[in-house]
Amino acid sequence: MNIEQLDFYTQAILSLAALVGLTSFLMLGQGRLLRLIFVFAVQGFLLALTTAAAAYSLSNYHLYISAALTLVLKVILIPWMLRRQVLKMNMHRDVEALSNNTAVMLGGASLMLFSYYILHPIVQTSSLVMLNALAVSLSVMLLGMLLMISHRQAVAHVVGFMSIENGLFFAAIVATHGMPMVVELGVAFDVLVAAVLFGIFFLHIRTSIDSLDVDLLNRLSEVDK
Amino acid sequence: MIAAYLVLLIPLTGMAFFALAGHRADSGAWNIRLNAVNLIATLWLAINVLREGTILSAGKAFLIDPFNVYLIVLTAFVGLTTAIFSAPYMAHEMETGRLNDARLKLYHAMYQGFMLSMYLVLTTNNMGILWVAMEGATLATVLLVSLYRTPESVEAAWKYFILCGVGIAQALFGTILLYYAAEQIGSEENALLWSVLYENADKLNPEVLKIAFVFLLIGYGTKIGLVPLHNWLPDAHSEGPTPMSAVLSGLLLNDALYAVVRNKMLVDGATQSDMAGFLMMGFGLLSFLVGALFLHRQKDIKRLFSYSSIEHMGMMTFAFGIGGPLATFAALLHMTVHSLTKSAIFVTVGHASQLAGTQNMEKIRGLIKTQPAIGWGLLIGTVSIAGFPPFGVFTSEFLVLLATMRSYPWLAPLLLLGIGIAFAGLFRHIQPIVYGDRPEGQQPIKANLWPVMIHLGLVLWLGLAIPGFLADWFSQATLLISGSAP
Repeated sequence: MNIEQLDFYTQAILSLAALVGLTSFLMLGQGRLLRLIFVFAVQGFLLALTTAAAAYSLSNYHLYISAALTLVLKVILIPWMLRRQVLKMNMHRDVEALSNNTAVMLGGASLMLFSYYILHPIVQTSSLVMLNALAVSLSVMLLGMLLMISHRQAVAHVVGFMSIENGLFFAAIVATHGMPMVVELGVAFDVLVAAVLFGIFFLHIRTSIDSLDVDLLNRLSEVDK
Repeated sequence: MIAAYLVLLIPLTGMAFFALAGHRADSGAWNIRLNAVNLIATLWLAINVLREGTILSAGKAFLIDPFNVYLIVLTAFVGLTTAIFSAPYMAHEMETGRLNDARLKLYHAMYQGFMLSMYLVLTTNNMGILWVAMEGATLATVLLVSLYRTPESVEAAWKYFILCGVGIAQALFGTILLYYAAEQIGSEENALLWSVLYENADKLNPEVLKIAFVFLLIGYGTKIGLVPLHNWLPDAHSEGPTPMSAVLSGLLLNDALYAVVRNKMLVDGATQSDMAGFLMMGFGLLSFLVGALFLHRQKDIKRLFSYSSIEHMGMMTFAFGIGGPLATFAALLHMTVHSLTKSAIFVTVGHASQLAGTQNMEKIRGLIKTQPAIGWGLLIGTVSIAGFPPFGVFTSEFLVLLATMRSYPWLAPLLLLGIGIAFAGLFRHIQPIVYGDRPEGQQPIKANLWPVMIHLGLVLWLGLAIPGFLADWFSQATLLISGSAP
């Protein structure tokens, strides 16, 4: 496949997929919370751009609504809420020392390969572009999980959680040109409620353990102490 | 069809009512009334389905068939009895100062919100909305798990939120793949409607659906509490208020399994292979055995019974995985009797821990001597859940075993072993709790044990003789799921 022979829309989707994947890796190695949130907002913006590109090329109006939703939720509202929390709790100066960063990065790279590997059967029935898009979105999901495993701050966990949703949306837009409107609205509603609940949880966690380090949430376990 | 809309509208109004009116002295009573009205609506719906067969609403948004209608009635029934238990339980928690008005308002509003999302999961015909409602159930219950605001409960709720949130995201990826496969056969607008997908299941791309099912099983499996994705379940069940444990165990787990089975029906149609069934059997058996083994290590009485839930959900997943009419029938029956028994057990456990002032099993003693109703309730409930005849759990477990011997005889010893281990695990803890001497100063409390008696009575009835109309109902559902009558 020669990329110059593809039409403009496909080229755009491929580049955006690559960029979205890149932002996931950037988040993975980021120890500063404010920068993490910024990269997350950039990922949201790329997602909104992808949606808008899809809407333009298909002249599908409901995708414009979905792009606007993504823009409002993932680029403005949720990053703003997280940023406010971080500033309020005075955590913007803390740098989280990420233990074995190299291993996490290598793990991330292998997750990406793994995504390509499991989705490979799809290529028999559709284009290589589709494989790329789906594999990138799956790896964004897996990298989001790895982010949650490797970071200890609750805020980073929320960013990981939301970036998993970003991966899902990317798959939904590129592979299927958006889910039916009612489903998309439902999912957006769930994301919004989840974001609000996370805000409430930060407060609860902070009042109960006086920190947002989730490693300190270790009272419940099966191991005898 | 009006009945189906009513079933959804009543909890919606209830949620709005509790959220706007704030906490009142009679909120508990209103909660009971709302659930009672909804039980009547679901019964009406069930009669309609029995008479006319499958109902598809205009616009195909809702689908009521013999498989989900019995779960809808079960949901309404357990919802009602738990509400009856919850009213005095919450009043007691208010008296002891563990809760205040604002949290009770949240509790009642979210109780109705949870019921709404459960009904939506069951009635919807759209696989996307199914996902949204499933996630909605998490969101509705997550603040209830941390209702007491102790560090432990906040931790449990956080774990529940993150694990179920991430888990269920996998199910959305599976749903997107399903949609992708459906779009290829060209039905743009209705591509996520189950009824449409089911009709065209043989045309769906099997490769895509195989991958999709893995994600769907992991996603909804997190909510079922399948090992190794079960970690949230014992925490959330043990730290939340007991009525919540009862509905989580009795309803949420069932509905997640329902979602998996619905998807399995599509995948089976497309792949024409046992791949989905084998996956379910594997995870089911693993959960069953791990759940049974972990029963032995528990110290907290609610954790004990959450592991028992994992064990039983594992068995149901296993049975649905075997497929075939006998196993499917057994799984459907097991869903019913497990829900009824487990919610009854959680009701007695709630009273027992209020009585003893702790959930630590080493400190709860002499229940029968203190308050015979609670002690016997717990004992009989445990006997029933362990699978003793003449209770219904025995019947369904026996049928699962029979189906296993017929299809995969070499797995039967594992099942028997698991049942034995689970029995020992339950009784080594429960026996000293119900018998034994009464600790000094332990006083009987005001308890409403009607829900327990009704539930256990029904389980007994199902064990002795399944009434004709119910057997007929299960057979119709079995026919729908497995393709042939038992």
